[in-house]
Amino acid sequence: MYEWMVTARHYEERLQEEYLEGKQPAFDISAGPIPGELHLAAGHEAAAAGVCAHLRDDDVVTATHRPHHVAIAKGVDLKRMTAEIFGRRTGLCKGKGGHMHLFDPDVNFACSGIIAEGCPPAVGAAMAAKKRNTDGVAVSFVGEGAIDQGGFLESLNLAAVHDLPVVFVIEDNDWAISMPKERVTDVSDGSQRAAGFDMPGVRIDYDDAVAVFEAAEEAVMRARAGNGPSLVEVQVHRRMGHFMGDAEAYRPEDDVERHQRLDSVERLADDLRSSDVSDEELAAIRERAHERVEEAIAWAKDQPEPDPAEVTEDVFVDGGQRPRAADAPAGGDD
Amino acid sequence: MAQAATERELTMSRAMVEAVASEMRDGDEVFVMGEDVADYGGIFDSTQGLLAEFGRDRVMDVPISETAFIGAAVGAAQQGMRPIAELMFVDFFGVCMDQIYNQMAKNTYMSGGAVNVPMVLTTAVGGTYNDAAQHSQTLYGTFAHLPGMKVVVPSTAYDAKGLMHSAIRDDDPVVYMFHKRLMGLGWMPAPEGPKTPVPEEAYTIPFGEADVKREGSDATVVTLGLHVHRALEAAETLAEEGVEAEVVDLRTLVPMDTETVVESVRKTGRLVVVDEDYRSFGLTGEVVTRVAERALDDLEAVRRLAVPDVPIPYARPLEEAVNPDTGAIAEAVRETVE
Repeated sequence: MYEWMVTARHYEERLQEEYLEGKQPAFDISAGPIPGELHLAAGHEAAAAGVCAHLRDDDVVTATHRPHHVAIAKGVDLKRMTAEIFGRRTGLCKGKGGHMHLFDPDVNFACSGIIAEGCPPAVGAAMAAKKRNTDGVAVSFVGEGAIDQGGFLESLNLAAVHDLPVVFVIEDNDWAISMPKERVTDVSDGSQRAAGFDMPGVRIDYDDAVAVFEAAEEAVMRARAGNGPSLVEVQVHRRMGHFMGDAEAYRPEDDVERHQRLDSVERLADDLRSSDVSDEELAAIRERAHERVEEAIAWAKDQPEPDPAEVTEDVFVDGGQRPRAADAPAGGDD
Repeated sequence: MAQAATERELTMSRAMVEAVASEMRDGDEVFVMGEDVADYGGIFDSTQGLLAEFGRDRVMDVPISETAFIGAAVGAAQQGMRPIAELMFVDFFGVCMDQIYNQMAKNTYMSGGAVNVPMVLTTAVGGTYNDAAQHSQTLYGTFAHLPGMKVVVPSTAYDAKGLMHSAIRDDDPVVYMFHKRLMGLGWMPAPEGPKTPVPEEAYTIPFGEADVKREGSDATVVTLGLHVHRALEAAETLAEEGVEAEVVDLRTLVPMDTETVVESVRKTGRLVVVDEDYRSFGLTGEVVTRVAERALDDLEAVRRLAVPDVPIPYARPLEEAVNPDTGAIAEAVRETVE
């Protein structure tokens, strides 16, 4: 878990640097080596690591528009994910998806740029597992800003009524873009919504990866055993703006400071030290993670951009047949 | 299109169900999910009898919760299942359009072809029975306009079965839009026509092949769904006047068989497009444009009939006024040959 978390943190720090290149002095969102929006998840790592520690490659994960930490913990091919974010031809999606729309069928990872809309496909994946009599589970990550969406609530209901092996994970970072949680809901504990669907709901009040691990273990095992869905809410922290370029004028300074001070990665390192893991061992893990990230970024930047002629591939265009997935470009770190 | 010689005639709904049942027998990955699809058998008989043969695990009634179950079909399809999800009335797409056009239709492209979404979204379309603006729309154009999903519209039992086999076997998402008035419901009489001979065995009809339902040399009428039958009836009337209208049934909107339409217009020189969907930015404009792009020199006259841009009204004379009828089609053809 620690390795995933430091990988994710360093990955996002490096993406941030790469992203800002060429975007100044007048911030231009489409300039530089990484175009488009970029939503970083620094401060969310504990939720991804604690949950994904219980998952296998054949378990399905749907993540949000803020997907990198979950993708890393789920084992998504880091090089091809990075190439995708840089808009390269050998990216996971041949440069057609970008950072909010990453798909890696090898480890059954997908994410969606629309709030709460990864929930129904996760329910469907769980349905497929149940119909095939496997013990596979599906996990849908959402932010706390998504739990007022119909898609989230409908999915809880459908999963519950069919006893499907789904774990819904809420990453509560207190902010839905500029809306603080207390202005959108009178119920600060989102996990209480589970009661409305007669499923277990649990909230971890601090981003302690070990506590998440323990809560998620119960939820994932319950799903795997055929006992139906659960809801796990984790308090995480939003160390940065909603997206790169977000000036956060709406956010009190002391809130930013508080979120940056509470650091799940440091917390886990402290826990490990107190369980007799040496500083040298932790440093070695960090070094390994940094190397992997640097390697992925260097590889990605070295990849070709797509040919404009590829724009009409991978979709059924009138009168033509869609090329099969077999011709997907090779590469990556797996 | 030549039809296999058989005496057996089926209603359109029976033909659809026969294809679904056949595919369900052949593969465990095919299942049906929707509101009232199990015990009721589909409000428009689109799943009649499936529960008895396949049980609740494969014919699933779901909560009135389109976002959840249509999105679940997307998720199951991405795992290699072949779900058939029914949106009871196409008019209800508003509550679940995100799952349809942001997930079902886009995930294959956004994943660079890494993810397939082999699902069928069935949905009932059309008016003619005074159900007013929220239950009578046709909306061909809405789904055909957005990329990533194939759009199928059968007009006969024979086509309904073959197109359903093709839809279930397709690796891309297919929207299968059936007109309520053609289904052969006990409570909504169908016109003569959709009930046709249907072979017992499985057969496919390829997407993107229009069917010339009637040959003629004087004008081309391009249409689909219910209006194939209205156009055929109009053609009979016109024949008595010495005008031979060719009736082209598009059968699939995406992909659209432009070639057959263009060939027909090259022969007749006159084009009438008939659509039960709204007029502006829709099917009629699209077909006329495609023909103009390829056969402008052959085009002597064009008319288009569609619902004027008003919500479908309730009262009988009002609804009849907006929905192109046989008389209006005949008149449009007459105008082109004058």
